[in-house]
Amino acid sequence: MAVAGMPLMNAAPESLLRRLDEAHRQPVAFTLDGHPATALEGDTLLTAILTNAAALRLSEFGDGPRAGFCLMGACQDCWVWTEEGTRLRACSTPVTPGLRILTTEAPWPRLG
Amino acid sequence: MAAPRVIVVGAGPAGTRAAELLTAAGLRPLVVDEATDNGGQIYRRQPAGFRRPATALYGTESGRATALHAAFDALRERIEHWPESLAWNLWDGVLHVLRGERSHVLPFDALILATGATDRLIPLPGWTLPGVFTLGGAQIALKAQACAIGRRIAFLGSGPLLYLVAAQYVKAGAEVTAVLDTAPAGARWRALSLMAARPALLAKGAALLARLRRAGVPVHRGVMPLRLEPGASGTRLGGIAFRHADGREVRLDCDAAGLGWHLRAETQLADLAGCAFDFDPVSRQWLPRIDEDGRSTVPGLYLAGDGVRLLGADGAEIAGRLAALAVLRDLGITPPQGADATALRHQQQAMDRFRRGLAIAFPWPAALAASLPDETLVCRCEAITAGELRRSAGALDAPEVNRAKAFSRVGMGRCQGRMCGLAGAEILAATRGVPVAEVGRLRGQAPVKPLPIAALQEEEA
Repeated sequence: MAVAGMPLMNAAPESLLRRLDEAHRQPVAFTLDGHPATALEGDTLLTAILTNAAALRLSEFGDGPRAGFCLMGACQDCWVWTEEGTRLRACSTPVTPGLRILTTEAPWPRLG
Repeated sequence: MAAPRVIVVGAGPAGTRAAELLTAAGLRPLVVDEATDNGGQIYRRQPAGFRRPATALYGTESGRATALHAAFDALRERIEHWPESLAWNLWDGVLHVLRGERSHVLPFDALILATGATDRLIPLPGWTLPGVFTLGGAQIALKAQACAIGRRIAFLGSGPLLYLVAAQYVKAGAEVTAVLDTAPAGARWRALSLMAARPALLAKGAALLARLRRAGVPVHRGVMPLRLEPGASGTRLGGIAFRHADGREVRLDCDAAGLGWHLRAETQLADLAGCAFDFDPVSRQWLPRIDEDGRSTVPGLYLAGDGVRLLGADGAEIAGRLAALAVLRDLGITPPQGADATALRHQQQAMDRFRRGLAIAFPWPAALAASLPDETLVCRCEAITAGELRRSAGALDAPEVNRAKAFSRVGMGRCQGRMCGLAGAEILAATRGVPVAEVGRLRGQAPVKPLPIAALQEEEA
């Protein structure tokens, strides 16, 4: 049920999640790893990212990418960072216009 | 005399019905809930602006879901509601709640914990690959976000949620490649006499299976999952390797999977409050001790719903009412007309028979958890393997889960053992050759979920 003028349903072939419905919502523009990306109003940050990409974050312990797991705030495996260094739990944070998200690496503060 | 202060934690089926009964008796409870709106996980509401009707979201349970939402909507003026708020500690008769950026210190005369449950998991090799979610997570993606977790989706585990989520995905138009149930094919027939306690639910289960059959979804029973394997990219799920009941080893292509084996109770706050726990051999987990109405062993503290007895949403609604009645009785407040604890207790007994039947029909595969290969990442948070956990049980001689946690850090990560704890206990017990009850349970630690340290600098009464 794609809507004319809204090429958002399954826009990114590498995306993890696939939208099945509710495509009428207003687009929300945000930035994902420096690139412009589009989500829909009412998306969680997890949905916003995983309809554009195949992962949310890298494991801090070097075992590869992660894409969340429980979606109910229990596993803490969907933490992402803003470019400013704020940590967000993607499954329980709504996407908002202008968010600038990093999925690659935590923006550790520079020391010294 | 000032009205007693009653707090309810959780606004799912149990918390909502508890709050409703308290207000009917003239109280104005505070309802603290992590979610944006009421419903809990099972009756979670979709965000504003979504248009699917309740029948599309909740299927045969749409009547119960909309009734629970309407009940809460009718309460809004009569309760204090703190949504998006985390009850993160319970100590010395005081509840600590993070609301916005501030933590609040809340004394109470009575507290009802209706904290719900999460999926119970077995950490299979490859379960951290993108594309692998919990069954509950897969359901939330669909219900609250109108998304499927992938394009070709398998569901693996055991329990009613396995079939429910698979059928919901089929109904929503997703491609379900298979349902892989670890329960042996004959198990459910042995459970029939207990499950007959709730014939309507049995019929609903049969209807789910029929829907899967009509859609041509293969249902394999008695499978032994081996690995979740990456696809060509190496960085996301590409398939599931499993052994059929007849011994054949098979690889099923899929780019997403939902995993889960029933539920595990969220018991951390009850633990922090000092409630006594007992090992429940039916669910093979430690649960807080309560009387038939939900009184814990700590005066003033009441427990209701899947956070204390895994009876499902209908049972949680009853438990919430029973706990509220117990609060009223203990505070010397006249219960509202028509509230009948005896009838509620009777209904609860039928639910418990059904629960015991479910545990026989869809058993927790303890041996599968215990036999995971050494290289399996048991702890998702800190990438710790089954082999490291076994070393803490063997060479380091940890006799129980908390010592093993200190040695291996399994259970110490930021999920605090929610994802790995129950399987980790099976690994530890098997390594030591003792029953799982003997290795104990992970002690709860505050904060029960990560929170910003700045929130603690100035707690407000």
